[in-house]
Amino acid sequence: MRRNAVAVVGAAETTELGVIPNMSQIQLHADAALNAIKDAGLKLSDIDGIATAVETPQQIAHYLGITPTWVDGTSVGGCSFMLHVRHAAAAIEAGLCKTVLITHAESGKSMIGKLPRSMPADSLQGQFEAPYGVYGPPSMFPIPVLRYMKTHGITHEQIASVAVFQREWAAKNPRAMMKAPITVDDVLNSKMIAYPFRILQCCLVTDGGGALILTSADRAKDFPNKPVYILGTGESVETPMVSQMKTFDSSGAFTVAGPTAFREAGIAHKDVDHLMIYDAFAHLPLYGLGDLGFMPHEETGKFIADGNTRPGGKLPMNTNGGGLSYMHSGMYGMYALQESVRQMRGIAPAQVPGAKISVCHGVGGMFAASGTVIFTNEK
Amino acid sequence: MAEPARARPKPTPETQHYWDGAKAGELRLQRCDDCSNVYFPPRPFCPSCASRKVSVFQASGKGFLYSYVINHRPAAPGFTPPYAIAVVELDEGPRLMSSIIDCPQTPEALELDMKLEVAFEKLDDTITLPVFRPAKG
Ligand SMILES: [Zn+2]
Repeated sequence: MRRNAVAVVGAAETTELGVIPNMSQIQLHADAALNAIKDAGLKLSDIDGIATAVETPQQIAHYLGITPTWVDGTSVGGCSFMLHVRHAAAAIEAGLCKTVLITHAESGKSMIGKLPRSMPADSLQGQFEAPYGVYGPPSMFPIPVLRYMKTHGITHEQIASVAVFQREWAAKNPRAMMKAPITVDDVLNSKMIAYPFRILQCCLVTDGGGALILTSADRAKDFPNKPVYILGTGESVETPMVSQMKTFDSSGAFTVAGPTAFREAGIAHKDVDHLMIYDAFAHLPLYGLGDLGFMPHEETGKFIADGNTRPGGKLPMNTNGGGLSYMHSGMYGMYALQESVRQMRGIAPAQVPGAKISVCHGVGGMFAASGTVIFTNEK
Repeated sequence: MAEPARARPKPTPETQHYWDGAKAGELRLQRCDDCSNVYFPPRPFCPSCASRKVSVFQASGKGFLYSYVINHRPAAPGFTPPYAIAVVELDEGPRLMSSIIDCPQTPEALELDMKLEVAFEKLDDTITLPVFRPAKG
């Protein structure tokens, strides 16, 4: 894909984040979409492409009153929106549509109008994982981490520091759910969820949503806000069964999506000013730093524990507070994208001064899927 | 309201041999007749070379503890926390999720790389689950 050919010209989250007992899931989609359309200075009738996950594109198109000429219902978990950005950029370049709306919302806490997630007993997961007591992401996502720690020499304290430093970022974000400072000891003494992970190493459960609007870079300068260009993208999937990953030392999907995006962007790791790595659980930033090629996996724990990703560090990461402290409605990828766009516009509450390149890396399922988007504010 | 029941696998035409094997006290894997690849979960073709010439065989049932969590909350219906959810690497190569029995469900007792051997846990008249216990000797 051509670098910087497509730009984000509208971006917004739902009016409220956190606990939203007065809106159904589909209305949360609409709330985010209407906010993004207003942000872009557009009318609903200007939208000719629509992408969403879990909810279907037809559901969202009908509810908003949009008649699209291009739709994408890619639904591969929390990174679906990174894939939507990639697909939308290709579609706009190919002339299939001009202005794409990507929506996410989830009534993750209040569970109003939320679609059921089920694992049929005759699916592969239902036959070969569910009978052994897996029950939701906290019992599955951390399964690889003990092997990762042993292979790469990572300590419990280093992984706990992920939560500590993201809380420092969250404290700078008025919309973050959790802002009170925490220590490594607090993390390692918090309620046990699935050893080795405790509650402060697991994502929040909240309500909310977000939406993005993309169009060609040629048109982007006519919009009210600073365009944020798409410099490079990547995507992949590995397996829906965490037990069947090729190795627990790394994520197969990450090692395809991340490097593909870097190659496409034509940048080096030292060029990255700002980084988002989807942190449904505290080990994900370590996998991300290694698999995206920032450093060998052996160094990821020390790199974070030494403070390199905290406020003032040389590689600011998860600057909204992440899924651990900002919000997590179930599919966090959209919020990571929103924070990258805010950083590139220069309007983030915890703004990284002068940031020009932002890498936004997502995971779907339990290492099942991955999407990476690299943004820039310079054409 | 009745307690939600423990998840029970429902075999498909492609996996029936595996569940029949477990019921008979055998851990069954598949091997490609063309490229010798041993794979799991069951399917009637080789995921390495796409050959449909594959055979079912009885695995040794030996392996080691590759990784695990000890789940505390929320517990799946039918499970009493804390309980380990493990991934076992078999001597033949494939890995599978399983439970570890006859072993305290603690980080001290559950050592990565410990040798394991298969055992069988009967859930009901149709389903028996392969599980693993620390290997003797
Ligand atoms: Zn083969």
